[in-house]
Amino acid sequence: METARKNGKSDDILLEVKGLKKHFPIQSGFLRRVTGYVKAVDGIDFYIKKGETLGLVGESGCGKSTTGRTILRLLDPTAGEIVFDDPNIGKVDLAKLKRSQLKQVRPNMQIIFQDPFSSLNPRLTVGQIVGEPLAIQGVASGQALKDRVAELLQEVGIRPENMTRYPHAFSGGQRQRIGIARALALNPKLIVCDEPVSALDVSIQAQVLNLLEDLQSKYDLTYLFVAHDLSVVEHISDRVAVMYVGYIVEMADTDSLYYHPKHPYTEALLAAIPKPDPRRRTRPVKLPGDVPSPANPPSGCYFHPRCRYAKDICKAERPPLRDIGNEHWVACHFAEELQLQGVTRLSEIPVIELPRRQAPAPAPTAATPA
Amino acid sequence: MATILTQQPVTPVPPPRSGLRDFWRQLRRNPMGMTGLIMLVTIVLIALFAPWIAPYDPYRPVRARIDTIYAPPGAGHLLGTDDAGKDVLSAFIYGARVSLIVGFTASFIAVAIGGMLGLVAGYYGGRIGGLLMRFTDIILVIPDLPLYVVLIALLGSNLWNIILAIALLSWTGTARLVYSQVLSVKERQFVLRARAIGAPDLHIMRRHILPMVLPLILAQNALVIAIAILSESTLAFLGLGDPSLISWGTMLNLAFGRGAISLGAWWALLPPGLGIVWVVLGWTLLGHVVEQIVNPRLKTHHLMH
Repeated sequence: METARKNGKSDDILLEVKGLKKHFPIQSGFLRRVTGYVKAVDGIDFYIKKGETLGLVGESGCGKSTTGRTILRLLDPTAGEIVFDDPNIGKVDLAKLKRSQLKQVRPNMQIIFQDPFSSLNPRLTVGQIVGEPLAIQGVASGQALKDRVAELLQEVGIRPENMTRYPHAFSGGQRQRIGIARALALNPKLIVCDEPVSALDVSIQAQVLNLLEDLQSKYDLTYLFVAHDLSVVEHISDRVAVMYVGYIVEMADTDSLYYHPKHPYTEALLAAIPKPDPRRRTRPVKLPGDVPSPANPPSGCYFHPRCRYAKDICKAERPPLRDIGNEHWVACHFAEELQLQGVTRLSEIPVIELPRRQAPAPAPTAATPA
Repeated sequence: MATILTQQPVTPVPPPRSGLRDFWRQLRRNPMGMTGLIMLVTIVLIALFAPWIAPYDPYRPVRARIDTIYAPPGAGHLLGTDDAGKDVLSAFIYGARVSLIVGFTASFIAVAIGGMLGLVAGYYGGRIGGLLMRFTDIILVIPDLPLYVVLIALLGSNLWNIILAIALLSWTGTARLVYSQVLSVKERQFVLRARAIGAPDLHIMRRHILPMVLPLILAQNALVIAIAILSESTLAFLGLGDPSLISWGTMLNLAFGRGAISLGAWWALLPPGLGIVWVVLGWTLLGHVVEQIVNPRLKTHHLMH
């Protein structure tokens, strides 16, 4: 993972998304006329390098999951390109492939869903669930299929003897492991993790995240990690992209984004992370107003009605996503000028600050010498 | 890099509850369902063992004498005789066969058509789904009886044509029911997941969606059987039944048309009439209870535990 982050050449790119849009029509009236569009994903650009994890964060309804699903063509994109570097057939634009052609590429891109309860068919055994991709793609059958399923289950920490059981016999974490085993079955290159740990307990979250990291280094996997939990994303991602109302506002490697955010929205998000350490205090950034509706977004920069740094140009012009150096991409007119606050490194917190915080209570200090 | 945390041992769980056993457990607790089941089992046994139970063979011609026509119930004929001097009890017992054959076959065909149509319409949705469901609506609003009369008149009245006519008009309810259920099942994540691995539509419908709607289809089947039996009796009573077969409807038709009422021969009318009520009631009771157990929308049993 470390290496992938360093050499950022273009042939290292596994997936490149250009101007991707997904609009859902709003129909109303008796004749079901289309009266508008929900612009769930509205022209986003990003790329993922081979072997890295790109975290995709944002509030609920900002289009994260839609992006993940559109990339896998579980939804058909409205516009844009999804260029995937397939190990067998080279670079292909998934947005233009027909459904029949997609079947060839499908084994190389898989998805892990958020809800470990509805994502496994309750009427199939674990063996059937994990073996299904192998059977469908005609990779293995009979005893070979059984052996492969056993191997996959072992890989994710489920005992192969449990192959004949049904999903209801497993806990949430175990079900998520089964989902991971199934995604791994066809040796994919890219796995879209659609909030894979959001539905799990915190202790189980860590186990599943560690499992994902281990599998990544073992099989050279690339993840698009969709999540809303910033601490989870910080833990697992090499780079992070922040989405706001169907648009990517900032994308950079994890450290730069968390410690030196360049977009006011990122700053506000980071300030909202709950901190278990009382010394890691950040000024709370207040965000007035609500997230705008993707059916009726504001003019110019979508964030301007809530941004405390907004100027006139922000109302008129939508800032493009641009590289301000070191592959730090920001969609803000004032990215270079703003001095924004990120999360504080533990090591950067001055020790001096501790006695100073006790200063407001001078009475006991005065009392001690006396 | 952390190592894989060892999986916590799988807590012992009871073996996967078999759907069938669970179903039986719920049915057995339900007095209404059990009543229906017992009513049906008796009639099915009677139909199966007709040649052994029936005192006479109703298909063998008898030479009627004046005193054997509409003879009242007595020692020789427990339920009396009909207009041709034949034993009513034997005809009743054999008549159960026709009713059940028509009921089972017609409803099986109807449910197969309806289930298939609902599945395809629900899964593909959009234009195909809309078109198929509008077609269903058209069939649904056509009045059944006049169309039966026309169909039978055109096709000719034999058993298979009757079955076909009934089947062709009673699949609509099933189609609607399955359609609505498929709409909800196809949005489940495991269906999306199956698509992500490149599963063909046929595989998804067969492996992931059909098993989820099958219980509902089976419940619906019981209700369609009741309707089919009633339809067959209606057609036979109207004189459109298969003339070579004895069915409850034909018995009623003959008795009604040949003066049983004016002669006061209640024994020629009551048995087939009550037989129809018995079977239809049995299937309806059982059908409703089965539907209650398997239809997620009607599920209440979890409140009773």
